[in-house]
Amino acid sequence: MSHDHSPEAVKKEVRVYLGVFGALLVGTIVTVLASYLKVSTALGIFIALVIATVKGSLVACFFMHLRSEKIMILAFLLLMLVFFVVLMILPIGMQMDTFTDNISP
Amino acid sequence: MSVEIPYITEPRPDTGLTLAKLGVWLFLASEVMLFGAFFSSYVVLRAGNTWQDFAFGPAPVVQDAESDEGDEWAEEEAASDETEDADEHAGHDHSAHDASAHAADNAGSGHDDHADLHSPLQTAIPMATFNTIVLITSSVTVVLAYASLLLNNLGRFRFYFGLTIALAFVFLGVKYVEYTSKFAHGYFPATSPLLALYFTMTFLHVLHVIGGIVVLAYLVGPGTKMWKTNPAQFTGRIEAVGLYWHFVDLVWIFLFPVLYLL
Amino acid sequence: MADDAHHGHDESFLRKYIFSTDHKVIGIQYALGALVFLLFGFTLVMLMRWSMANPNQAVPFIGGFLETLFGEDAQGGVITPQLYNSFGAMHGTIMVFLGIVPLAVGAFGNYVVPLQIGAVDMAFPKLNMASVWVYFVGGVVMFSSFFIPGGPAKSGWTSYAPLAVIDAASAGQTFWLVGMIFLITSSLLGAVNFLVTIIQLRAPGMTWMRLPFFVWAQFISSFLLLLAFPPLEAAGVMQLMDRVAGTSFFMPTGLVVSGEAYSAVGGGSPILWQHLFWFLAHPEVYVLILPALGIVAEIIANNSRKPLWGYRSMVYSVIFLGFMSFIVWAHHMFLTDMGVIISAFFQTTTMIISIPSVIIITALIISLWGGSIRFNTPMLFALAFLPMFGIGGLTGLPLGLSGSDIPLHDTYYVIGHFHYVVAPGTIFAMFAGIYFWFPKITGRKMNEFLGKLHFYPSFIFMNGIFFPMLIQGIAGVSRRLYDGGEYYEFSESILQLNTVMTHSAFGLLLAQIPFIINFVWTIFRKTREGEGTRNPWDATTIEWTDADSPPMGHGNFAVVPQVYRAAYEYSVPGSDKDFTPQSEPDSK
Ligand code: HEM
Ligand SMILES: [Cu+2]
Repeated sequence: MSHDHSPEAVKKEVRVYLGVFGALLVGTIVTVLASYLKVSTALGIFIALVIATVKGSLVACFFMHLRSEKIMILAFLLLMLVFFVVLMILPIGMQMDTFTDNISP
Repeated sequence: MSVEIPYITEPRPDTGLTLAKLGVWLFLASEVMLFGAFFSSYVVLRAGNTWQDFAFGPAPVVQDAESDEGDEWAEEEAASDETEDADEHAGHDHSAHDASAHAADNAGSGHDDHADLHSPLQTAIPMATFNTIVLITSSVTVVLAYASLLLNNLGRFRFYFGLTIALAFVFLGVKYVEYTSKFAHGYFPATSPLLALYFTMTFLHVLHVIGGIVVLAYLVGPGTKMWKTNPAQFTGRIEAVGLYWHFVDLVWIFLFPVLYLL
Repeated sequence: MADDAHHGHDESFLRKYIFSTDHKVIGIQYALGALVFLLFGFTLVMLMRWSMANPNQAVPFIGGFLETLFGEDAQGGVITPQLYNSFGAMHGTIMVFLGIVPLAVGAFGNYVVPLQIGAVDMAFPKLNMASVWVYFVGGVVMFSSFFIPGGPAKSGWTSYAPLAVIDAASAGQTFWLVGMIFLITSSLLGAVNFLVTIIQLRAPGMTWMRLPFFVWAQFISSFLLLLAFPPLEAAGVMQLMDRVAGTSFFMPTGLVVSGEAYSAVGGGSPILWQHLFWFLAHPEVYVLILPALGIVAEIIANNSRKPLWGYRSMVYSVIFLGFMSFIVWAHHMFLTDMGVIISAFFQTTTMIISIPSVIIITALIISLWGGSIRFNTPMLFALAFLPMFGIGGLTGLPLGLSGSDIPLHDTYYVIGHFHYVVAPGTIFAMFAGIYFWFPKITGRKMNEFLGKLHFYPSFIFMNGIFFPMLIQGIAGVSRRLYDGGEYYEFSESILQLNTVMTHSAFGLLLAQIPFIINFVWTIFRKTREGEGTRNPWDATTIEWTDADSPPMGHGNFAVVPQVYRAAYEYSVPGSDKDFTPQSEPDSK
């Protein structure tokens, strides 16, 4: 939260929360609908993950107040993100030869 | 000798943080790595199997105890080749052959009725969508509870916190129905890699929800006493548990499409 | 937290020593637990070494006891291959997760870090207590697996699937997994606590570049624990599911076990386990070594009466090392057909990560140059650490290049390599730390003569155990052989080394007797006249200069120290004594 905890500021925040809430609901509906589209598997995965990432970022930035968080926490999270990406990419990268058959739809 | 630990309520000037806030964020970072490992496993297992094998379990290799390893592999290849065409279209058109083969494999279940399914979790999409909305709503109520405290409105805080707990119970109830209906259809963790991931990941998530309920209930119950004695520390606690609760929501935001929709 | 403040002298025994939230008591609890487990792990390995030198012969003295305990697995008091596997797996697990980590991080970290940064306690004292208790439960689970039918886990400390999963006949592996989940949770709680403490509770003036190097080492170790342990926790849960719920996370399709199709549905990936395991386990080896480097740095600066040479480059190195340690893990997996590009990536990162380690060790060696060195017991152990860690590190390089790793993989060369790092390396540093901070804890120094009687034989026997392993490994002897390679023709010429190693191991056991006597005796003897000064080593860091030895109760400092200078201002020109405490203001 911004350092400003005056009632006006908080009330303004509350309106932002409700706006984000609306956006999350829309995002949820859109994901579900999109999953019924007849698109290739790869594109389907891509769409779903993009929407999920947008929703997740909304939660993190507004509800968890990351958008005005202290630099130290942001730095730690950035570091974590790097290792998270490493964890997601490398195990699959290492077995790519074996997997290519199954991945390309 | 007194043990007054500093920076419990007041942020430390050079970092701008209280102990609880930094602690919760570090804890959440490690939680991200925990769930990250599961998501990574999802990717590896999904890419390592055809969709059919991943979702419904590989057909057993016809076993010949005498055969050497070479044959083993050969047979496996053959088995997965069969299903390959079906996977090309991530659609509802598995050949009758495949479906019935699988129905037979996953012995003794009501599988056959669902032989035309794309995924064993498909029937749960409405329930899961509903649950997504429930959890998102509970995330909003938590943050509204925190805002109410900032506005010095304890009554409103109690209301929103209570609502959050109620929504968490709704989530658990729906999850219970979902699990039992999966079991009733013969879908168990052992059935397929997808179901193994589904049960393990969602159950781990459920444990997080339960843990959250316990803390929330404490804070809105006996824990509220602190509001009188040390409102700043109490607000800090609410903020910290709020962060945790949003994280639980955030995990679900990713679990939902990955498990049910992809 | 706040409510702990009111308990003064009327604390009950239980509250003061068992359910304590004081970081010093918790540190001691960790230390005692860890030392007991280290001794236990060492006992297991003594039995293994007996079997390697004298395969299929009854263990002297305690053979009968083993038979009662393990039945068929120790028929006639002999260490059977089954039992050997159990002991090997449990030795590795106990040494790493119940011995060194709790000692290096739980004990030294807890006791020393808050004192060195000038904090009244850890940031979350109750969480601290929770972490030691979770550790304790994990230890009990691991230990109790020795008494269940079928005995403890047998699949190595790495617990590779499918081997670890198909062994469903006995519950040992299940106990291992449950125990690991507890131990991991304990470490995670501890890691959060350390990080918050170091970031938030540094005394006024204690800037990052004034932190003692030991604190930096603990800081980075905690980071590694925080981010690397969760994936293993996840993997543990998955393997537990594979064992108890019949899932196939790590079980491939078409698996045949003893000529029969394995019952699980398949579709899993055994390699996935290895990834998740080593994603933790490589950073873990840095958790084993960084606190050791920290202790050695403290002791070398103090006993060479010189500032550490290149403090800043050591700090940057340790940060870089921590970062890199997350992207080298697959050097343990060169045999898992990973493709040339990925393999080149991991070989490169592995070569890169050796650079910061070399910088640190070089800085420590240069720190000795021109010092007026005091050869007391802690210093002897710290000095011995340097070449031992050097051997361990250098023998690691060939293992980081797939060309040479492929023939060396899973031989005794690997065992020799990492034991040089953790046994004469880390363990010596742990001993150094115990001798060094003992007067902090009790107000009494340990006996120097007994200390030297402990050091010199330990040094000789350590090398007697581990150097031959390198030779055997290069000759091709595999690890995890209960008979020490007796049935391989090529190992004939080096087989007698098994006897050397076993005798050395026995010698090492005997060499610990002076230590145990010294330890117990110093705890119980009276403080002598003139002893019990605050700062017996004439050190500069504030745990010595601003707190009593032994420290006062919960709260540590009579007044919160104010820090004015870097950690190691020894022999400052123009000063009247050869050390200038961190909390001493400039005289001008
Ligand atoms: C100081 C005395 C020690 C001795 C004599 C010793 C000896 C041994 C021996 C003989 C093996 C078995 C090799 C095999 O059969 O494959 C072994 C394995 C191992 N040791 Fe030690 N060790 C000692 C200390 C340590 C310490 C301090 C650690 C860890 C911090 C450690 C970690 C391990 C690990 C991880 C394994 C591999 C277990 C496995 O194969 O799964 N050891 N050790
Ligand atoms: Cu490694």
